[in-house]
Amino acid sequence: MTQSSRQQILTRLRAALPESAALPNLPARGPWQTFDNPYDRFCEVLESVGGICFRVPTLVAANERLNQIAEWNEAKVRVSVVDGVGVPTVDLASIDDPHDLENVDFAVLSGHFAVAENGAIWVTDDTVKHRVLYFLPQRLAMVIPASEIVNNMHEAYGRIQIGDNVFGAFISGPSKTADIEQSLVIGAHGARALTVFAVESL
Amino acid sequence: MSHPALAQIFVDDKPRAQWHDKALWFVRQKRDRMASGVPEWEDLRQHASEIKQHTMSLLPDYLEMFEKNATARGVKVHWAADAEEHNRIVTEILQQHQVKKLVKSKSMLTEECHLNPYLEKHGIEVVDTDLGEWIVQLRDEPPSHIVLPAIHLKKEDVGDTFHEHIGTEKGASDPKYLTEAARNTLRQRFCAADAGLTGVNFAIAETGGFVVCTNEGNADLGVSLPKLHIASMGIEKLLPRASDLAVFLRLLARSATGQPITTYSSHFHGPREGSELHVVLLDNGRSEILKSPEFRRSLSCIRCGACMNTCPVYRRSGGHSYESTVPGPIGSILTPLKDPEAHSSLPFACSLCGSCTDVCPVKIDLHHQLFAMRSFLDRKKLLGMPKKLSMKFASGLMSSKWVFSGAGKAARTALRWLPRFAVYNPLNPWGKQRDLPDAPKDSFRAQYAAYQKDQAEKKSRPSSGAGGPS
Amino acid sequence: MATVKVLEHFGIDHTFPAAQTCCGQPMANSGCMLEAKPLALRFVEIFKKYQYIVAPSGSCVAMVRNHYTSFFDKNDVEANEVRRRTYELSEFLTQVLKVDSFDGRFPHKVGMHQSCHGLRDLRLGPSSEVMTQRPETVTELLRNLDGISFSQLQRPDECCGFGGTFAVAEEAVSCMMGDDRINDHLNAGTEVLTAGDMSCLMHLEGLIKRQKHNIRVMHFAEILAESIK
Repeated sequence: MTQSSRQQILTRLRAALPESAALPNLPARGPWQTFDNPYDRFCEVLESVGGICFRVPTLVAANERLNQIAEWNEAKVRVSVVDGVGVPTVDLASIDDPHDLENVDFAVLSGHFAVAENGAIWVTDDTVKHRVLYFLPQRLAMVIPASEIVNNMHEAYGRIQIGDNVFGAFISGPSKTADIEQSLVIGAHGARALTVFAVESL
Repeated sequence: MSHPALAQIFVDDKPRAQWHDKALWFVRQKRDRMASGVPEWEDLRQHASEIKQHTMSLLPDYLEMFEKNATARGVKVHWAADAEEHNRIVTEILQQHQVKKLVKSKSMLTEECHLNPYLEKHGIEVVDTDLGEWIVQLRDEPPSHIVLPAIHLKKEDVGDTFHEHIGTEKGASDPKYLTEAARNTLRQRFCAADAGLTGVNFAIAETGGFVVCTNEGNADLGVSLPKLHIASMGIEKLLPRASDLAVFLRLLARSATGQPITTYSSHFHGPREGSELHVVLLDNGRSEILKSPEFRRSLSCIRCGACMNTCPVYRRSGGHSYESTVPGPIGSILTPLKDPEAHSSLPFACSLCGSCTDVCPVKIDLHHQLFAMRSFLDRKKLLGMPKKLSMKFASGLMSSKWVFSGAGKAARTALRWLPRFAVYNPLNPWGKQRDLPDAPKDSFRAQYAAYQKDQAEKKSRPSSGAGGPS
Repeated sequence: MATVKVLEHFGIDHTFPAAQTCCGQPMANSGCMLEAKPLALRFVEIFKKYQYIVAPSGSCVAMVRNHYTSFFDKNDVEANEVRRRTYELSEFLTQVLKVDSFDGRFPHKVGMHQSCHGLRDLRLGPSSEVMTQRPETVTELLRNLDGISFSQLQRPDECCGFGGTFAVAEEAVSCMMGDDRINDHLNAGTEVLTAGDMSCLMHLEGLIKRQKHNIRVMHFAEILAESIK
């Protein structure tokens, strides 16, 4: 059934083709916007979308800063995939069904690098057993290397092979919506809050 | 009803129409602020336009490339010639997996196919999880905007709907309170779902993967818990390379809502371990549009909604007045192409101002296509007798200088002498809210001729002092 | 006649070919290309012998320059020449005659209305949607007039709502758009509302007169002509 539709569609398309048009060349380093201080720009944008960023020297310092967050201390169910940052209450290795993570209050996860122009962090599924951890917990903290901040999305795609991971995402701040009379509400279905720790020496 | 009739009703509630206009203008302004912050903005638009045109010129090859690469990753790729087949394929996949509860993230394509009622007829419960889509689903009405589905509703309207359906406090309308209630209710649905269905913002031919963009995280929750993910995709959503995503992800959210990027831009390359990923490719008239040199550029559309936000007519008539899955400027091209008879008023719901063309991130020449749609409708004899006859009459009148002048003189005379009630009455729609211009005694050609005669006479008299009033 | 006066101010030898009627825009805008064609052919025939064809109307010029291609073979030299030589008035003054300033007096607060055809089809000014700087031809002509000042509008280039047959076919939206433009001008203190297209001005003036507002509506050529006195 769908095979013959496949043929039908491809045949119809081949009979209709517009004349050829060149594909533009788009290098990672090109005439794209850059920033004098990409880290500062990243923080600025992240804050404007409801997130917050702390620059810390080490993972130990990140852990200390984390322990100052009231919601982390009050969290009953905690997850961490970053050794040394946050003492988890859940042993992730023992969780086989992602549904069992429904009650996670706070999760500490890791990101590969950040993008200055839009406050986004690139994350993949090879740092977590269950990718739903980027979306299901009530609150998130993300640990990234402070040295790994790119200026823009061209540079970002220049350093990743998106096909290497079944799942990867750019995540910029906590979840949000303005669907009710254009009133911005932070915390829609994903995390209500996102705290980023940019660690200088990992 | 036609667009003008529905627009009249919308405008009749003047305070509400003004509120709607201001709400969308605000989104347009946010877009402007973002765009002005990217020095290479106009270059990005040009690149995006070229990438799309290149892709369209090789679409079948790229589709085959996508299919090959996706299949190699364990994705099951299906091809649907039309809406009916799309719905059938989706239902069969769900039935094979004994799915009773489906969660869905925003997909204009599934609206186009009327998937929800089809699934419900087959005993599958479907919940739209994008907050705006869920609100209109509860109210049993279509979305009025492709990105801001509930933009036509005030918070009190949402409060009433939630009170009725999920038991929020009567009269409560605080957006935070209502969003929290939605979060809690929908969270249960995500956890109980048997499968998740998403749209596709961009698919990448060279990798066999695709990207889904949301602010709420609902798409990801919907597909990361159950063991089945179905992604519905229009065949025109393809891009050749991963690096092309840089251009499009920089343009999309800035154009749509004035944000630098959506909160989540999720890239899917194959099924999660222990689960299945299906992609349904849909034609439903797109290959037909590709054939048309006049209208094929409209296939570049990335469904950002910027054209709606900027359209002075859309803002003052609302999405529902278009009676079209996709409203506004782009919808007024795509929908009449599919069904010209039912939607012949849409290309005329436009003052040809051109603002849409200037905000389109992929530089579709929207207002030129809307102009071309009008003669397209004429060729199909769908203009309507009154309009057609009056244009034939006017053309005839203007083909002769004498008839034209004569008609002008008659009109000017009539306007100066007729009593007011003869000029301003229901037969004269111009005159309902506007006065007609004051009719001059002489036409321009008469004034000009008189002036030239006067100048010639001055020149031929012996000069007795230059100048004089001109 | 103001256009005549302005052109004479610059010593231009002008003539008004009496045979002319219409460029065919109303028909084309209604989708009636067949009905527009004879008028387009007529236009080219009547105007082909002139060095420049100037119209105080952005929409007519846009029709000739952008849409006449539908009626003629792309290699039709006559038609292409006529199209090339057709100019909107402010465009002609600033770009052909290279007028950069106009000596005159006009001590009023002027509200500029950006007619869409001139702005987005002929690119006679910067449109707020596009991130490209562009000089604005009418303002360039008016800005040095003695005593003139310009209103600051909330929406500097939103459409007035005339749109040809749209004004009648979508009367409700058309008038709401016009009202919104007028309110923008009233709030900005506009005394004289001006533009380069009579269609916009006719529509706005129609609303202004019906509502009895105290705003004078003038085509920019009329401002220039009056400022010379």
